[in-house]
Amino acid sequence: MPAVQETIDQVRLIDVDQYKYGFETEVEMEKSPKGLSEDVIRFISAKKGEPEWMLQWRLDAYKRWLTMKEPAWARVSYDKIDYNDIYYYAAPKKNQAPKSLDEVDPEILKTYEKLGIPLREQEILAGVEPQRRVAVDAVFDSVSVATTFKEELAKAGVIFMPISEAIREYPDLVRQYMGSVVPVTDNFFATLNSAVFTDGSFVYIPPGVRCPMELSTYFRINEKNTGQFERTLIIADKGSYVSYLEGCTAPKRDENQLHAAVVELIALDDAEIKYSTVQNWYPGDAQGKGGIYNFVTKRGDCRGKNSVITWTQVETGSAITWKYPSCILRGDNSRGEFYSIAVSNGMQQVDSGTKMIHLGKNTTSRIISKGIAAGRSENTYRGLVSAHRKATGARNFTNCDSLLIGNQCGAHTVPYIESKNATAVFEHEATTSKISEDQMFYCQQRGLSEEEATALIVNGFVKDVLQHLPMEFAVEAQKLISISLEGSVG
Amino acid sequence: MLEIKNLIVQIEDKRILNGLNLTVNKGEVAAIMGPNGSGKSTLSYVIAGKEDYEVLDGEILLNGENVLEMEPDQRAAAGVFLAFQYPLEIPGVASMTFLKATLNAQRKARGEAELTTPDFIKRVNAAATQLEIPKDMLKRALNVGFSGGEKKRMEILQMALLQPSFCILDETDSGLDIDALRIVSEGVNALRSSDRAFLVITHYQRLLNYIVPDTVHVMSSGRIVKTGGKELALELEANGYADYRDSEAA
Repeated sequence: MPAVQETIDQVRLIDVDQYKYGFETEVEMEKSPKGLSEDVIRFISAKKGEPEWMLQWRLDAYKRWLTMKEPAWARVSYDKIDYNDIYYYAAPKKNQAPKSLDEVDPEILKTYEKLGIPLREQEILAGVEPQRRVAVDAVFDSVSVATTFKEELAKAGVIFMPISEAIREYPDLVRQYMGSVVPVTDNFFATLNSAVFTDGSFVYIPPGVRCPMELSTYFRINEKNTGQFERTLIIADKGSYVSYLEGCTAPKRDENQLHAAVVELIALDDAEIKYSTVQNWYPGDAQGKGGIYNFVTKRGDCRGKNSVITWTQVETGSAITWKYPSCILRGDNSRGEFYSIAVSNGMQQVDSGTKMIHLGKNTTSRIISKGIAAGRSENTYRGLVSAHRKATGARNFTNCDSLLIGNQCGAHTVPYIESKNATAVFEHEATTSKISEDQMFYCQQRGLSEEEATALIVNGFVKDVLQHLPMEFAVEAQKLISISLEGSVG
Repeated sequence: MLEIKNLIVQIEDKRILNGLNLTVNKGEVAAIMGPNGSGKSTLSYVIAGKEDYEVLDGEILLNGENVLEMEPDQRAAAGVFLAFQYPLEIPGVASMTFLKATLNAQRKARGEAELTTPDFIKRVNAAATQLEIPKDMLKRALNVGFSGGEKKRMEILQMALLQPSFCILDETDSGLDIDALRIVSEGVNALRSSDRAFLVITHYQRLLNYIVPDTVHVMSSGRIVKTGGKELALELEANGYADYRDSEAA
């Protein structure tokens, strides 16, 4: 773990105010009228230049949504959200369909620079250090402001673009797959998203193609009182492979902001999708004021035989996280994996986990979840593993560990296991532990400060999951975890 | 080197140390022997700075500095090392990683440059070879699944690497077979030097056949009740602690 030292240095650099992405960008915005109505949906659809079918899809979703109730089963509590007090669309004014980076508002480019997200290809290409290249789609509030390496990806036949563009340029693909994994009617937040989603990424990998670079989307909520409703759709055609990374930050604000995304993954025969998230939305202050409500529906469909979908997530941000990246194991011999680190501190509430739904024969799944609770936070793992009656030979292994720091936080594990097939073998392991005072004393006796000792022990705790992240992300994640736990000891 | 004056310590209202006085000089190996519950382990924890103990009176001076005012990690950087009777497990953290993190933390605290990786590896390998620690043990998570003997060797490896000036061995012989005892003792003896002192805490004379002390202190009811040369240990071995227990009762 060479990054331990780096982690600690990083922690030291941070002042009392721990969230370093909390700055705001001054840029002129164009917004929809506040609140939600058919007109607002028409406004969004028109802004995006959408075809009629898309508008109808949205309006149907909206009608449906009006009849739905907000779910209350998660172990989280928050004041009622006023859905009419939110702007559903906000876009930088100067960003009317920029053709190249030169047309993007320099303030926005600066924002991404500050966040450490490389958007300028030439800078990456000219970099002294041969960085691994990552194609980035940058989403700023409701619109995608830049997508890099488009040409190079196009050569490989890979489509990577904002979903609003894909709706116009590849309507057949979008119509075929959108809503096929997370139906419009799926749940309250997914239905809301279907009505008002603004941007997100679209990825299509053609048969037999191994995507030549990592794809990444960086989400930034900047504007006040806006919700971000992104929609991501990734299709890996037969025998293809793609690794996709997602990062998120937001400015510090006293009000809560809503983020209700939908992500759909489809893996056809022999295809593999790796989806990694480092979620670092603003978590609110120590008293629980402000922060993002992260109510997200993520689901992957292993539609083809031998297909593989892997979710890896590092969740450190958001006031409330409600998120269950899942796999439908439809194809025979398909495999689903879920690796998660969820860190909560202060007043954060996390209710997260996964669903592994075994439908096909000889399907396998693996769940490794590490929850770390500190401060006065509540951290819940909620997971479902189920075997359909035709899922002969289904196998699951679940390992669910919680680590408590201090004595005012809570860790909870809520596993649901359902098997309708006698040949299915499901294993579940769970532990809850505390960083013991003896462990701390031992580390300190060897010269580590309290902070250093905590960082080391926590990094050891999450090691099994970190190794599933792409390298750069793993280092970043390790730093982030330590930063999130800053001030949790003593 | 180390000077303890009138140390009075309690834990949860129970008094463990009752005005303990002890001096250990540079280059000296001092043994502390005594029956169970006499406060030997408490003494080692209090010197190292464990939180649970409440120091009511007295002082502990290391080279003239009052260590009671320092955090445990500051004491470590100042040269205090405690070889634990029951070393702790740190899951997921490779022994090598732990060694490097601690060594560099101490060097940093003392204002020294961090070691380069090749330098560090050279030092670890040299020390590991002497303690007959196989390389794959260094890759395993610290103390996780280690045998009793492996854990104790890992303690001495850390000691060899950190080069502390004041070493406390708390019941290092417990749980060791004869071969492991020899290896561990040789490791300790190799570290004996004119500017390093040792406090060897043990129940049994056996360890002192391998690590021969300059002085032997007998501890009872939280005090040093007798001090002598190495022959005192033999005497205790022959007669037991009964004499000293009686003196408590009286």
